Amino acid sequence: MIEFRNVTKKYKSNVALENVSVKINKGDFVFLVGPSGAGKSTFIKLVLKEIDATAGTIIVRGKNITKMSARQIPKHRRGIGMVFQDFRLLPKKTVYENVAFAMEVVHQPKRTINKNVPQVLSMVGIADKAKKYPDELSAGEQQRVAIARAIINRPRLLIADEPTGNLDPDTAWEIMQLLDEINARGTTILMVTHAKDIVDKMGKRVIAIENGRIVRDEFGMYGFEEALSELDADVDTIQHKRTFRTRFKRGGRG
Amino acid sequence: MGRFFYTLKQAVLQVLRNRNMALASIFAITAMLLILSIFLILVININNAAKGIQGNYDSIEVFMLDDAPKDAAQFIIDDIKTMDGVEDAYYKTKDQAMSEFKVRWGDNAYLLDSLEKNPLPNAVVVNIADLEKADGIAEKCATYKGVEDIQYYKDTVDKLLKATKFIQNTAMVLILFLIIVSIVVVSNTIKLTVFNRANEINIMKYVGATNWFIRGPFLVEGMIIGIISATISVGISAFLYSKIVDALGEQVFTVLNMPMVPLDFLVYNFVWIFLALGISIGACGSMISMRRFLEA
Repeated sequence: MIEFRNVTKKYKSNVALENVSVKINKGDFVFLVGPSGAGKSTFIKLVLKEIDATAGTIIVRGKNITKMSARQIPKHRRGIGMVFQDFRLLPKKTVYENVAFAMEVVHQPKRTINKNVPQVLSMVGIADKAKKYPDELSAGEQQRVAIARAIINRPRLLIADEPTGNLDPDTAWEIMQLLDEINARGTTILMVTHAKDIVDKMGKRVIAIENGRIVRDEFGMYGFEEALSELDADVDTIQHKRTFRTRFKRGGRG
Repeated sequence: MGRFFYTLKQAVLQVLRNRNMALASIFAITAMLLILSIFLILVININNAAKGIQGNYDSIEVFMLDDAPKDAAQFIIDDIKTMDGVEDAYYKTKDQAMSEFKVRWGDNAYLLDSLEKNPLPNAVVVNIADLEKADGIAEKCATYKGVEDIQYYKDTVDKLLKATKFIQNTAMVLILFLIIVSIVVVSNTIKLTVFNRANEINIMKYVGATNWFIRGPFLVEGMIIGIISATISVGISAFLYSKIVDALGEQVFTVLNMPMVPLDFLVYNFVWIFLALGISIGACGSMISMRRFLEA
């Protein structure tokens, strides 16, 4: 589904990704983890072809996108669904309209829209909220709308960028189950996350990036060392870090 | 067809949603187009007057000696007609010249009746087709036998041509400048609506909308603003011009011996020019404001 071959991405003097080679197969559910600034966002942007690789080859859905022309990019993106941490719903549109919008934009006929939107809304469990506006929904419900919008055009690949970042643990877990269900129906899922407990609980493939390199690629846990190094990067007060470390060493959960 | 209506609907909604900004830019562009129309009206009238004056002056009058035989004049006519750049030549007797004079003097013509003897000479009038060759023709005329004097207005015509050229060029530069300013104004307005809808545009990009699909409504929004501005400014300038013609038309006619350019001619031409300008200004403005947004 996604294949990186010796991909390097430089921003001027800054190396965001260095000689990355990785393969994500059709139907996989993959977590992309790592500290802030490690290169996760760059990875996603490369898959979407928002940016071009400095060197190497990227193949998405069997197509070499490094050689893709600008005209083909919209079509390329139609095959990929995107879910964000901040939902990115349109506040002036209803739930139904938000989802239908994704179909209008790619010129789907009205009949198809009227048929598919209710189906997908009920699949993500918010069929009763179709006429509500986003600000009338809970965070979890808003994320369900965003997921419905991402899958309405039946992409083969779904990229979720910290989809649980703004959600409480219970709601986050519900969203994860929904993503798992979507994955079970055959959609490949690539999810960027910082949520260690979720990664551990799901027990899926984990690709860890650090300083632009893949440092770990295995099934299972987020990893203790990674959690620490992430703290190093994310938490700015040393004080905070110390108390955290002590807690970790005592065996408590962060 | 569905896509066309989608784009049009979105554009109209955008204009209505950003009513204040749209009004602000309509106001600015209308002002710009009005200034532009003042220049255009000026240029067109000056051109018109210049052409009229040129028409009065593009002939050489060859005055004959009173005792010159009539066939001398006929010889000049036949000979000069063969010259390059001469459109026509004809004989004008002193009586004809006098009656033309009387027409020009109008109500005061009775004063001329008191003259005992017609002081005007018989003349050959040479109409010039190509003013560039007027010098040579004038020189040639002076060499004929029985010619007392020649009169032509090359210097006046030259000066007039130079002045109109200068005014035209200055107006062109100013008009160009105004157009650029208008484009900047529109592009800023549309940039605001683009920012307002940054989220929406982002989502459109992620779900795979083509750039032209995203651009369409903004392009049409710019055009709508342009069309409205053009209509308003044509209306206002037509109204003002009709007032000016009412107030000044007669004086202008007496001074230049040429009427001002008629209102309906002006309006008919301005509608198309201004609509085209308004639409292109709006379209350019929105293209510029979208450019950076749609790069990736």
